[in-house]
Amino acid sequence: MMQKIKPFDHLILIAGVLFLIAPVVMALMSSTHTPTDIHSNGLYLTPGSYGGETYRKVLTHKGGFTGDVTGLTMLMNSMIMGIGFAVGKIVLSMMAAYALVYFRFRFATILFWMIFTTLLLPLEVRIMPSYQVMSTLGLLNTYTGLIVPLLASATGTFFFRQFFRSVPDELLEAARIDGAGPFKFFIDILVPLSRTMMAAIFIIMFIYGWNQYLWPLLMTTDETFYTLMRGIKSILQVWIGSQIPDYNEAFALAVLAMIPPVAVVVIFQRMFIKGLTESDK
Amino acid sequence: MAHLSLRGVGKTYAGSTQPAVSGIDIEIEDGEFIVLVGPSGCGKSTLLRMVAGLETITDGEVRIGGRLVNKLDPAERDIAMVFQNYALYPHMTVHDNMVYGLKNRGESKQVIEERVAEAARMLELGPYLDRKPRALSGGQRQRVAMGRAIVRQPAAFLFDEPLSNLDAKLRVSMRMEIRKLQKRLATTSLYVTHDQLEAMTLADRLVVLNGGRVEQIGAPLEIYRSPASTFVASFIGAPAMSLLDARIEGGEIVLEGHRLGRVDHAEGPVTLGLRAEDLRISDQGLPLVVEHVEELGAQRIVHGMVGGQPLAVIDTSERQLAGEVLIAVDPARLHLFDTMSGRRIEASRAPVLEGAV
Repeated sequence: MMQKIKPFDHLILIAGVLFLIAPVVMALMSSTHTPTDIHSNGLYLTPGSYGGETYRKVLTHKGGFTGDVTGLTMLMNSMIMGIGFAVGKIVLSMMAAYALVYFRFRFATILFWMIFTTLLLPLEVRIMPSYQVMSTLGLLNTYTGLIVPLLASATGTFFFRQFFRSVPDELLEAARIDGAGPFKFFIDILVPLSRTMMAAIFIIMFIYGWNQYLWPLLMTTDETFYTLMRGIKSILQVWIGSQIPDYNEAFALAVLAMIPPVAVVVIFQRMFIKGLTESDK
Repeated sequence: MAHLSLRGVGKTYAGSTQPAVSGIDIEIEDGEFIVLVGPSGCGKSTLLRMVAGLETITDGEVRIGGRLVNKLDPAERDIAMVFQNYALYPHMTVHDNMVYGLKNRGESKQVIEERVAEAARMLELGPYLDRKPRALSGGQRQRVAMGRAIVRQPAAFLFDEPLSNLDAKLRVSMRMEIRKLQKRLATTSLYVTHDQLEAMTLADRLVVLNGGRVEQIGAPLEIYRSPASTFVASFIGAPAMSLLDARIEGGEIVLEGHRLGRVDHAEGPVTLGLRAEDLRISDQGLPLVVEHVEELGAQRIVHGMVGGQPLAVIDTSERQLAGEVLIAVDPARLHLFDTMSGRRIEASRAPVLEGAV
């Protein structure tokens, strides 16, 4: 249907876009100037000439106390966190939801509600006991310690439970007649059907893992486990005496930190939409 | 291909004292097409699902090909089932849908491909093998569901209202296809439906269920001609048989003061069953006050009252109907049921006094 173009509506839309995109542009542009320029002139909306230098330094310059942490290491660590989080949470919550929905065992409903109420408890509430456990297990300064304690996901379990409940029972019955046991039914039928759900949860959980700050801060003292989020913070922490913080580098890291989540959203959103249009009816 | 035997089969759901299904005894011959028919909630689907192994059997024995299957998994029972909503795996192609069960059974690739090709040819699914179910119409999906059953070459087919989701026209043609296919494959089949027309046209033998019990088992015509109870009488045949309160007085059936024929039965109240198609409008007979007329094209159904009781009559004439008409009753074609129990009364009737008043 043809719609009449209303200039005023577009004006509002354009204003909205500008408003939302301005900080990102500002960060990107500012990262291409020298720290002294930024310090004296404030933030930039125009590109500078220092960009190549900044990004090269951010990605490859060995910094930190030990002098062997580069931006690339931090990027890598964040990636491991993000993907480990998302994949781990999906696997774990799918299995939990599968058990809750398809196996009739005592207290299943109570168990579900117990899992569900943990939604009310944010990480911060249990951060000390979690730290204690990891410390006792000797998992400080390991990827296992970074990822595993946060894998149990009430949100994921809830989403998958709702989704599994919407799968028609006849599908399970047909699979049983076709000789698929509980494991085969899960792998052959349920997992492929859950693709869209998995994509949605991957987006949410990847970004959640990527943006973790407090937990890695507690769990790791070894600089080789630093994530991007900590890196940005540590650059701005050097304001001692007359030294100017490397604003450009902080901005560059922020821009770099933005790319993977954006990429994940773009890639999985396509899958997401494809999955939606492919579904039955 | 096998003999199917249900002996004293019953089901009581946990937490319920009332059995959902009880005392079902059916012997199904090899290659027979049995239709379970009844109103919703009569236990027909439960019974089918017990045979399939999707519901546990709490009483009695189910044997498929002589083998007791009570405790076996559905996959081990050597059956195939067609579901009402097709239950195709939405993420698999038609081909993969049909193949899945065979793969799980560890059939060789060559056997699988041969059987799929054969089923696809029979069901004219060849061009659609690479499509996903969502790209198919309702009738095609139904055929895929049947294909999935056929490729397994099971001892028995189980159909759970397979045509209910199709539109009326498609239902008629699919009905014929199912029947032809079953004849050709000669596979023992158990078919559940609530549609009495589907039941009549498909079945070798009908099993009419009511309240979890068998009301009557028999060939469609046998059940149509001599329904065992008022329930069967009103369920089988369209329009439904009219059931009227009558009496037997002096060896004659008396309805609202009109004598319909001699009968050899004890005096007292009886329920009289009259099929609309056995009655015709005549110059003499039972007076019927016409209430409304349903035009069906080839015929019309005249609904009216005899005394205070409703009666339907089929009429094929073109004449104007209004007020009172006279109905001829063939005494050989009327049905008598016990008013208390609803069971059929088999009594010799004298074939005289047609239309006597």
